[in-house]
Amino acid sequence: MNQVANFTKGLLKENPVFVLLLGMCPTLGVTSTAVNGLGMGLATTFVLVCSNIVVSLVKNQIPDKVRIPSFIVIIASFVTIVELSMQAFVPALFESLGLFIPLIVVNCIVLGRAEGFASKNNVFSSTLDGLGMGLGFALALTILGSVREILGNGSFFGMRFMEGDAILIFVLAPGAFIVLGYLIALINKLRKTA
Amino acid sequence: MSSKKESSFKNMLITLLVITVVAGLALGGVYNVTKEPIALAKKAKAEAAIKAVIPEFDTLQVYKVALEDGTDSLVFNQGYKDGQLVGTAIETFSKNGYDPTPIRVMVGFSATGEIINSEVIEQKETPGLGSKMASDKFKNQFNGKNPTDFMLKVKKDGGNVDAITAATISSRAYCEALQKAHSTYLKDGGSK
Repeated sequence: MNQVANFTKGLLKENPVFVLLLGMCPTLGVTSTAVNGLGMGLATTFVLVCSNIVVSLVKNQIPDKVRIPSFIVIIASFVTIVELSMQAFVPALFESLGLFIPLIVVNCIVLGRAEGFASKNNVFSSTLDGLGMGLGFALALTILGSVREILGNGSFFGMRFMEGDAILIFVLAPGAFIVLGYLIALINKLRKTA
Repeated sequence: MSSKKESSFKNMLITLLVITVVAGLALGGVYNVTKEPIALAKKAKAEAAIKAVIPEFDTLQVYKVALEDGTDSLVFNQGYKDGQLVGTAIETFSKNGYDPTPIRVMVGFSATGEIINSEVIEQKETPGLGSKMASDKFKNQFNGKNPTDFMLKVKKDGGNVDAITAATISSRAYCEALQKAHSTYLKDGGSK
């Protein structure tokens, strides 16, 4: 597989949210606004890239039987770094994402890429894979967040374009399922025709 | 592919030890770097809330006052300008919102006991419904009112407060938080 494909496959062909359907918990939980979706996506991207790099660097030093605990410790360390940095430098975003930041540790995308890709490939491919997957995740979350914010709150990235109440259900949990369902249907249709 | 390390007891032990030690050191370093900005951000947030609810002050006197039922205490921030009391910002809360997370509100009382302004510090009420408690439309109705003659209860319960549509529970909790601050304020000596 060439390097360009390592990067681009995460964006659409193997998009973690729309195609692989991984990491549904933050996907449904934090996407009530576009900013939240983007913030969560970028935080996950950072963790994904860093853990992919480290895992592919140390993959030959780790005995097979302890590889999962080792990966988890590496991932958890990066997540804690992200958590502390966000708390220090973007406290407002940290507050709205809340519990979902520490939960990146158990996001199956991160462990899935460490186990399925980074532990079998070299550093450069793994970096591109992490970047592609992470940006694909961020893209999906931002789209989901934008649609929910536009329909549910009448605003886009915090800028209001209408007065009064919008369709509230889209900001609440059921709206996340509805929007995600329609987006997946749309993506499937596009992938078939393409 | 170079050869993988064998999964012997010694190898596993050493690997895990090295990984955890490196991770521990890295986290310790990051913690030290971010400790100060985190504390500053928290302080800045509390200060911004105080500044939003009482007029400009030059010195701030902070002390704690126990609640009437003695279960907890509220933080009082008395603002003075040129030695004159301009207002008291009280950090109050209510555990009776729609979400288990307590609603935390900063409310400012003038020297004569009227509510100057109030500001939500933390709430996890339903987005789009209860979260509207932070909107000016809801919270500005308290401004300039003295809770001794302005009943801090929603109209449904016989009070003077217009509740948020479809979020009576959150509105009640907000009133309760303000009421708590006011009764503690009176207990502490009120406007003195």
